[in-house]
Amino acid sequence: MSILVGNDTRVLVQGITGNEGQFHTRQMRDYGTKIVAGVTPGKGGQDVDGTPVFDTVSEGVAQTGANASIIFVPPAFSADAILEAAEAGIELIVCLTEGIPVNDMLAIRKHLDSVGIKLIGPNTPGLISPGKCKLGVMAGYIHQPGHIGIISRSGTLTYEVVHQLTSLGIGQSTCVGIGGDQIIGLSFSDLLLLFEQDPDTKGIILIGEIGGSAEEEAAQVIADHISKPVVAFIAGQTAPPGRRMGHAGAIISGGSGTAAAKIEALQSTGVGVAESPAHIGELMAESLIR
Amino acid sequence: MRIHEYQAKQLFAKYGIPVSASNTASTVDEAVSSANALGYPVVVKAQIHAGGRGKGGGIELAKSASQVRDAATRMLGMTLVTPQTGSGGRIVRLLLIESAADIAQELYLGMAIDRGNRAITVMASRAGGVDIEETALRDPDAILKEIVDPFLGLRPFQAFRLAHRLGLPIKTARGVAKFIQSLYRLFCEQDCVLAEINPLAITSDGDPLAIDAKLNLDDNGLFRHPDLRDLRDLNEEDPLEVEATAVNLNYIKLDGTVGCLVNGAGLAMATMDLIKHVGASPANFLDVGGGATAEMIEKGVQILIGDPDVKAVFINIFGGILRCDVLAEGVVAAAKKLSILVPVIVRLEGTNVEQGRRILNESGLSFRTASSLGEAAVMVAAAVGVTS
Repeated sequence: MSILVGNDTRVLVQGITGNEGQFHTRQMRDYGTKIVAGVTPGKGGQDVDGTPVFDTVSEGVAQTGANASIIFVPPAFSADAILEAAEAGIELIVCLTEGIPVNDMLAIRKHLDSVGIKLIGPNTPGLISPGKCKLGVMAGYIHQPGHIGIISRSGTLTYEVVHQLTSLGIGQSTCVGIGGDQIIGLSFSDLLLLFEQDPDTKGIILIGEIGGSAEEEAAQVIADHISKPVVAFIAGQTAPPGRRMGHAGAIISGGSGTAAAKIEALQSTGVGVAESPAHIGELMAESLIR
Repeated sequence: MRIHEYQAKQLFAKYGIPVSASNTASTVDEAVSSANALGYPVVVKAQIHAGGRGKGGGIELAKSASQVRDAATRMLGMTLVTPQTGSGGRIVRLLLIESAADIAQELYLGMAIDRGNRAITVMASRAGGVDIEETALRDPDAILKEIVDPFLGLRPFQAFRLAHRLGLPIKTARGVAKFIQSLYRLFCEQDCVLAEINPLAITSDGDPLAIDAKLNLDDNGLFRHPDLRDLRDLNEEDPLEVEATAVNLNYIKLDGTVGCLVNGAGLAMATMDLIKHVGASPANFLDVGGGATAEMIEKGVQILIGDPDVKAVFINIFGGILRCDVLAEGVVAAAKKLSILVPVIVRLEGTNVEQGRRILNESGLSFRTASSLGEAAVMVAAAVGVTS
């Protein structure tokens, strides 16, 4: 088992004929992901390595039964691409795009909530259920099928943690990058609940960072609903206030969103918080033994 | 992106938001002729990207041409230090000369992207003109709020209710409500992430007037506002940061001694934390991003080496889209062009890691390579002489 993506996931790629879209479509397929359709307006009827290309998402869904989409389109068109996928009946939308205006995301998030469609991202490397389905741009080979769920606001820091786990012989059930923007789709809290219900996930790693209050909310969800061991790391303990640390969401403003407050909230619910990013894997290994 | 008060007020005027008559001046003579044209008294205001200007001597009331001359002479070229600039302060290059207003009451008005509620929130308070952050901490109830539904937008009743809760007379409340709606329209149409008017004055006639104006724009929204992009003032930014931005590197200067170059914002922050954890201190945040080229890496190394505070360089790359061989080529190219006198610790992992390591090893340059984050941390600590 795993969450969100697995052997039944049928993927439609939005922006499949662009450089990024083509490259990562191949990478995902080589990993074993079932890519069933692509969409680029104006290029319907073509194919990319045998995958049929459609002009619209609705057409692609109707012809192929796609149930998930991944978006490789420029920021100016991404908000529309998310809505198009939602209207076409796609159940899980993964938006990798960095640079979507936050004002657009406010309305999109409210709309997706109202129709019950799941969004991962934007500004995420995607998600992967090792050995089953890779719906993103992460390097597949660092992963190993197993029983640890990872939820992260970061990309490469997640790779680092996966690498630490795999090096210790600990596999992963599903690794989800929730995205580095201010307004995103599924949150830490949503994913914690999904991992709690997944019988194959034995432990959860939460990788947070400064800015916002998602980690504090996650701490409350862990206290109320999560029985599995949770280990966390919060990036940005040394970041100065008022400066945006790369991600749109990573900014300490008006004294809120500090690493210290997040670490305290998590520790108070019994979550093991790694002090150094070099020790996250080891800490998870220890919590599994306990 | 931050913009100046005078730029924000020009946008306000376009949206019918009341502001006083004003002109900018970059010389003393310009300041005096602007003031003469406006009529006295005027307020002379230093234009820098930081609040608290009054406390540092950056805002002054002038009742005559000679007072304007004195104020402008003192301010132009001064290093203005305010509670928000840090100890280094900012150099004043431009003044705003504005007709002094007849102020009966000072309010606070703000709008921001509220992550918790996933909405724009409008905030107002009777405690305008003072440190609103302190008021918010001391007495959160003094800040009144209206949360805007993203589907419905700010409704007229919400704007009026907010003004009414401020305890204003009906006529003034109507005027303030209209002011709030105009500001909301600007906020949405121009892709703002923060707007603050502190103080929002009520004149003796009972009308609202924006005395100060702070607008932060969404960097991600600038693609649909080419005119706003031109409002950026590079003088207000760290020169190394400007240099980095020009080649799409995300660089922020900090006050430590370990220069770091990392791919990905999360890993870059974690690398700073790792450095701190072993008792050293990061000299910067530098995220080269996912799609970095060898040229960008070379430029990044050059920026680190160019910082006199840097005593050691730590390159931490987890290759994904950015391949380790591309990274290694960039580092070697930079090292061959520049004389690097500080130790360089490199930790590579991920896509094409073996090729990357081979390029570094065969370059004949003295890099210290680490095979894990833990090992790298120990090497960094040793390089700057702290014991972990």
